[in-house]
Parts: sequence; structure tokens; C-alpha cells
Amino acid sequence: MLTRRLALLAAAILILTASLGGAAKLINGAGATFPYPIYSKWFDEYRKKNSDVQINYQSIGSGGGIRQVLEGTVDFGASDGPMTDEQLAQAKTPILHFPTVLGAVVATYNVAGVDKLRLTPEALAGIFLGKITMWNDPALVKENPGVALPAQPIVPVHRSDGSGTTYVFVDYLSKVSPEWSKNVGRSTSVAWPVGLGGKGNEGVTGLVKQTPNAIGYVELVYAVQNKLSYADIKNRAGTFASPTLESVTAAAAAAAAKMPSDFRVSITDPDAPDAYPIASFTWLLVPSAIPNAETHKGIVQFLEWMLSEGQAFTKPLGYAPLPEAVVAMERPAIQKIRVGDR
Amino acid sequence: MSSNYRRRHLVERIMFGATGLATGFTVGILIFLLGFLVYQGGSSLSLDFFTHLPTPVGEAGGGMANALVGSAKLLFVAALVGIPVGFLGGVYLAEFGQGTLAFSIRYAADVLNGVPSIVIGVTVYGLVVVPLGHFSTLAGGLALGLIMIPVTLRTTEEFLRLVPTSLREGSLALGAPRWVTIVRVVIPAGLRGVTAGVLLSLARVAGETAPLLFTAFGNRFWSEGWLQPTASLPVMIFTYAVSPYDDWHRQAWAAALVLLVLVLGSNVLARLILNRGQGLRRAS
Amino acid sequence: MREVDFHGVSSTSLTRSPARMAARRPRVGGRRRWPHADRSFEFGTLAFALGVIAITLVVAGVLFHSSAAARDRYGWSFLWTSTWDPVQLEFGALPFIYGTLATSAIAVAIALPLGLLAAVCLAELLPTRLSDPLAFLIELLVAVPSVVYGLVGVFVLVPIMRSIENAVLPVLGSIPLFAGPVYGIGLLTAGVLLAIMIVPFIVSVSREVLLAVPQSQRDAALALGSTRWETVWHVVVPYARSGILGSVFLALARALGETMAVTMVIGNRPDISASLFAPAHTMAAVLANEFAEADSNLYLSALIDIAFVLFGITIVVNGIARLLIAATTNRATEVRG
Repeated sequence: MLTRRLALLAAAILILTASLGGAAKLINGAGATFPYPIYSKWFDEYRKKNSDVQINYQSIGSGGGIRQVLEGTVDFGASDGPMTDEQLAQAKTPILHFPTVLGAVVATYNVAGVDKLRLTPEALAGIFLGKITMWNDPALVKENPGVALPAQPIVPVHRSDGSGTTYVFVDYLSKVSPEWSKNVGRSTSVAWPVGLGGKGNEGVTGLVKQTPNAIGYVELVYAVQNKLSYADIKNRAGTFASPTLESVTAAAAAAAAKMPSDFRVSITDPDAPDAYPIASFTWLLVPSAIPNAETHKGIVQFLEWMLSEGQAFTKPLGYAPLPEAVVAMERPAIQKIRVGDR
Repeated sequence: MSSNYRRRHLVERIMFGATGLATGFTVGILIFLLGFLVYQGGSSLSLDFFTHLPTPVGEAGGGMANALVGSAKLLFVAALVGIPVGFLGGVYLAEFGQGTLAFSIRYAADVLNGVPSIVIGVTVYGLVVVPLGHFSTLAGGLALGLIMIPVTLRTTEEFLRLVPTSLREGSLALGAPRWVTIVRVVIPAGLRGVTAGVLLSLARVAGETAPLLFTAFGNRFWSEGWLQPTASLPVMIFTYAVSPYDDWHRQAWAAALVLLVLVLGSNVLARLILNRGQGLRRAS
Repeated sequence: MREVDFHGVSSTSLTRSPARMAARRPRVGGRRRWPHADRSFEFGTLAFALGVIAITLVVAGVLFHSSAAARDRYGWSFLWTSTWDPVQLEFGALPFIYGTLATSAIAVAIALPLGLLAAVCLAELLPTRLSDPLAFLIELLVAVPSVVYGLVGVFVLVPIMRSIENAVLPVLGSIPLFAGPVYGIGLLTAGVLLAIMIVPFIVSVSREVLLAVPQSQRDAALALGSTRWETVWHVVVPYARSGILGSVFLALARALGETMAVTMVIGNRPDISASLFAPAHTMAAVLANEFAEADSNLYLSALIDIAFVLFGITIVVNGIARLLIAATTNRATEVRG
């Protein structure tokens, strides 16, 4: 009796799960969490034009994306930080980098009564090094005349998980602070001298929102969507740049002139007058040889679409589009992907 | 009444009051959670949620139909892996187990239970996903099944051991061989508790996210068969909850609510199916 | 048609079993239809039980193998080093060991009394009509995904804990255990959240175990003049001790390995501090946080080494708990009639 009932249940489940998919080609990609919203928008829009290709992207982290594309368990990867030389050396087929959108890392804070904060690079580094411990420290007061900074201890908040966002942030700090470069360094995960750790952009956002007198770093889109206050940072040209989509694209445009052919470049701390100093590309990682002809066609055509029509979808979602100069350099690079064995 | 009795009576009233408070507190947490989920995600629940595929942020009409089916498939595989090993292993420990061997098995089960689920996921990744070359529902179900085993094993053993020896002796005295005694007498007598244990372990893996990230991966579309990556409710909840968008946050809460309701529903269903024919609630 | 006999056993199953039929026939020389059935059954179930050991060994083996680089480099000093620097590639597990043990201890210390009392109420006081649905509801807490616990923890529990900690600070702040500063996030909050997550295991299993205690035990105690509470506390609960402790093991194991929820409320700071209010880090949390992004092989190996250490700690903690139980178990309560 019991076994009969269980058998019926099993049969019902098996029927339910009978083939539900279509005949479309499934292409799998994995990687960075930061661009997941815009990627899912793109893959969806692209599928409307090209219904025989389904691109399934999962955000398991930049490191995860790099590892899976090296293992070959996914067709392409995505990362907020470029692959290192050691990682590239492990690849059976050379992996190509394709910038897709731009992101910015902003310093978000929760201090009562402070609407707009201006930070110099030295101040920012000082806070996260633990050297500047109070909000009314002279270094901060100097750059913020007219703002009532309270006599309260600063609570720095950083990322507890490894991430491209962290990489961009500490890459910038390493460039502007010799002490940071020597004592902490740059990586997706570092030994933070002070502060609480939040998991993911949303973890840091949550911690900053919940903890009075906190300051943390998050991707711009999180700060905007959650209506957080974020600071203007003084760039190399001496202007206090506010993180907007325009100032971010300007940072990328400034770097375009010196762009290496493999697109692995850091655009933090640029020289341009209107550029936001803590910005970065995010890349798609594509093997240069793809065995399956349909997969190859799907990826190549998607990349071409991404560079032309895809860029229009970025701003409404809070991402900065690629500057024209970079798009122009990428188009011929797509041709380097060929069909063939890994 | 002597003062001694009055004192003991007072202690009784206080302690029973404390138990009531504890129960109220624990149930209250669940009610609060449910209410919180309804409040945060209720507005995202619609027919679309149950029938449509996910859409990009900002587009209305998205749903988690593929995640619902995916979770069902994953739990099915998990049950196929976890229940036989856990249940039959528990039967062994309860009926035949003695000495160092049984001790080691129990110990191993407790240790396995303490392994973080992400480690199980990584192990299955190395053993199944890499050789196969791709993520799959099978790998995800296997990881969940492995996590189920210790809880199923230990609870099966505990509840079968609670079956009074007199029952076993009576059956053996009537001439039934040992295995018949176990299958026809002991297990039905202990079925209520065993069911509770199995359902507890299924409920636990229904909400596991970390092991699925490296095994079943995830899928924005329908997953065909058992060898493709598949979406699942916990992974969708996680992905949406960590995004910056309020709309997706609400969907994540809604999905969590749906997950809980489904687990509750299957709990009730399973108990109805399996516990019919059980006589008295309490052993005499 | 099933007739239900006393003890809830169906009598028809006994009458129709092949063995019963065989018993009716006159037996010569004790031959049975399936003489090897018992053996096969025993070995069959043994195989599955051994499977559990096999799986555990496989996991241990994978962890051992993948942590080789870190173990070669740091050896045993990994266990007492406090630095965790992925850039300089200096790794030590001590802060994480401390965090894991502290949060788990707090969690069990809260969950055991809470869960046991609730189980007593559900099993002894409430009628089944009420007890069953309430038990269902409590078990539902097990299915709540870890990430949901974490989010609710951040939005609801942390502000509550912050208020409580701030209120306690002026009174107890001079004791190192309660020293500030107070963030709301920290060791104590993580312990409380873990307690909420593991309490359903204790309630669910303990309740079933208490229900299975024979009524004769209670009757005997009451006949001797105990109050109902004394019956429960001195007779029923000790009888069910093994099952209740088993449920504590299950709960403890979950606490040791919990990742997502803990990482959202503990502050993820690899420091050791005497204060309950301070942020901390656990082994499972650091693994979940940094595994996906570990960019060098040594870093990855160090993380797996942490998983291996956690594995070892689970073995040790279980061992200590079992020794304690063996030392305190009264043999008389083992008799089950």
C-alpha cells in the first residue's frame, strides 16, 4: 500500500519533470555578481532577437567565473578584475578579455546631519588604515568647511568576501597611499587593518545603513538604488569628482589612449579633470577557441550586439556605458575568437 | 496540604509556565518570519510567479517557475540518495549495531553532519562536475542527498531503538525470522518518528544554497532532463536578495515564502500518506 | 483490511507473513523458506551504514588532499597563528576556531533549555490536536534558507541586540566579557541567531522522543506521589535522554557548519576579543566568503585547510560530548521494557 503510493508520487514527479525546454542552444556563463543585472537584461533582450540562442549566466563571483572558464565547465566567464598572468598561464586555450560596462566604487557613509562629504585620497586611505579614527579629525574637517562633523568614532566597513569591488578599491588605495601599498597591498581579498566585514555589496550596504557613523565602499548602482549618501573624491587633477555615469565614462575614456591590446587595464586614479577616480571595467572572459560551432556563433554574435545595441540598456539600470574609443578597439578583437578545439 | 507539597506544586506551575513561554517564543519566531515574508514579498506573488520564467530587472511578469520545478527535481534526487542510505543505515544501527563498528558509524554520521554544506558542494564538484565537464541536476541532487544522510540516519536509529523490546520478542516468539520482525513489526511501530526525521532532513536541504552553487549551478531557462544545470528556489532567493534592486528583493522574499509553504504542504502530505493506520499516538 | 492491534501493530501483517505461514506448517529439522534472509538483511543494511563511513572518509580525503600546499607550508602552527593575510600569503586559523567554538557554545547554551522546555510543553502538556500543528510550524523553521535568516538577522535582530547591548553596557561594561564598543553585529548576535536556527532540531526530535516514552513510566511515578512536573523532569526526560542528546548533536553540528546567516551578523573580523559584543569570524563563514574568489593556489589551499581543521574540531567536540555523556549516563535508565 505504502509502496504503491510512493510509486505513484514518483511517477507524478517524473511526468512533471519531462522535457520542458525548447530546441534552443544553451550557452552557460559564470562570474561576477556586480554586472549580473545588466547581463541578464542583455541576454534576455538578445534572445528576443535571436530565439535559437539561450545564454544562461549565473553570478557565482569573479573568482568562480575565472575558475570555471579555466576548467571548461562553462562556455564563458565574467570578472570584475582582469585575470592575472598566473591564471592566464593555466589556461589550455588562451582566454580573451572583453570589457562590457563600467562600474564605480563609491564611499558610502551614515553620519547624522552630513549631506555631502568630500574626501581626499589621503583621508580615505587614512580611515581604512585606522589612522583617522574620529569623524571630526582635522584632515576631514579641512576639506569639508561648513559641514558639522560629529566627535564620533568612525566605523569602517569593508567586504568580507573576495570581490572585484574590493580589488578596484584597494587598487586605488595602493596607487594613492604608499603606506597602504606597503602594508596591505592589492588583491580581491586583503587583511583589513580595521573595520567590520559585510558579505557582498548588499552586506556592506546593510551594515552601513544599520550602523551609525559607518563608512564603507560599494558599487555605485547599490548606493543609488538604496539611496545612500556617498562622498565626492578628489581626483588627480584636483577636482572633487562626484560619482556619476558621466564621470565614470570619462575615466575610461582617459585610459583608452593607453589601452593594451588585451584590454587588461586598471583605470583607477586617472589624470582627466572630470573623471571619477575609483572606476573600473568589468570583462567577459572568452576562450579564443570554441569547439562547438553553434556556441561560437552565439557568443560572437552576442558580443557584436553587446557593443552596438547593448550599450543603450546600461544607463537605465545604473551602469556606465563603454566610451566610443574602447568600443572601436573591441570590435576587431572579436574576430580573434575562432572555432576549434581547446 | 503540607508546605512541602505546596512548594512542589508552585515549582510545577512555574516550570510548566516556562515551557509554555518557550513554546510560545519558538512558534512566535516562525509566525514572525512568515509575517515578515508576507509583508515584504506578498505583493510579488501572482500567477506569473508560478508560471513564468525570470525576467530582467524592471520588467514585470517575471516568475520562478523553473526554480520551482528545479527544486522539486533536486529534492527528488536527494531523496533517492539520502533516504535509502540514511534509513537502512539507521535500521542497521538500531537492530544489529553494537560495539566499535556501530560507534564509528554514529561518530562518522555526526561528523559528516558538521561539515559545512559548501564543503559537500565542493567535494561533489570535484567528483562529479569536473569529470562530467558540466554542471547538472544530478550533481546538485547528490550533494543535497549527502547532506541528508546523517540526520536521517541518526533519527531513524533513535526512533527504532525506542520501539519496546517486548514487541520484537513477541514477534520472534511467534516464529518470525529477524528480518520479518524488523520489516513488519519494528519499522511500522517506529514509522512516525522515522517519518519526522526524514521530513526534517528534507526540509533542511530544501533551503540549502551553498552546495548548489557549484553543482546544479543555476539556469534562467527550463532545464531539460537531469544532466543540465537547473534553477532552484534557494539559489534564486540568494541571487535576488544580494542584488541592488527593490523589485528583486521583493521577489526573493516571495520565493522564500513559497518555499516555506511548499515545505509545510509536503510535510503535511507526507505525514498523511505515511501515518495512516497508526493506532494510538502514544506507546503504552 | 487492516486491523489495528494494541501497540499500533497490524495483526494481519503478522498472519500473512511467509514466516508465520511457515511457522504453521510442521517443521522438520528447522528448515525455513529463506534460510539466509536474516544474514542478507543484516549485511544489506550494514552496507548502507558503512556507506556513511565511506562518504565521511571521502570528504576527509578530498579535504586532506586539497589542503596539502597549506599544510606543507604552515604545519601545525596554522592552528595557533592569528594572521589572515591573503596578500602576504600568511594564514592562521586561530581567530576562526575561536569564533566557531564561541558561537556554537552560545547557540547550544540558549537552544538546549529553550528547545527542551518547548518539547516538554508540546509532548506532555498540550493535546495532540494542538501539539501536532505547532510542531509542524516549528519544524518549518528548518526549511528557512540560511540567507533569509541572515537578512532578517541584519534587519531585525541586529537593531534589537544593539539596543540590548547598549542598555547593558553601562552596567556591565567593566567586565571584559561585556566590553564595548557596541555595534549590534558581533559574537553574541551570531550566537543568538544560530540558537534560533538550531532550536527546531532539538524541539522536533525531543518531542517525538518524549512522546515515545511508555505511559507506564509516567503512571508509575505519579502513583508514587510525584507532581506532574517531577514526573517529567525526573522520569520522562531521563528516559528519553539518549534521544534528546542525539538531537543536541544534530543541532550542534548544524551550528558548527552554518555559514550564510552567521556571516551576515558576526562582523567577519578575524580577531580574538574577550567581549561578547565584539565582531568575530568563523571557519565556515570565512570559507563561504572567500572560497569563490581565492585567486592563488596557496590561498585556496589555506581555505581548504580551514575546512579540514573544522572537520577535525567537529571530531574532537563530538568526542568530548560523548565522553561527558558516557560519564554521566545512569545505566538503569537504559532498560527499555
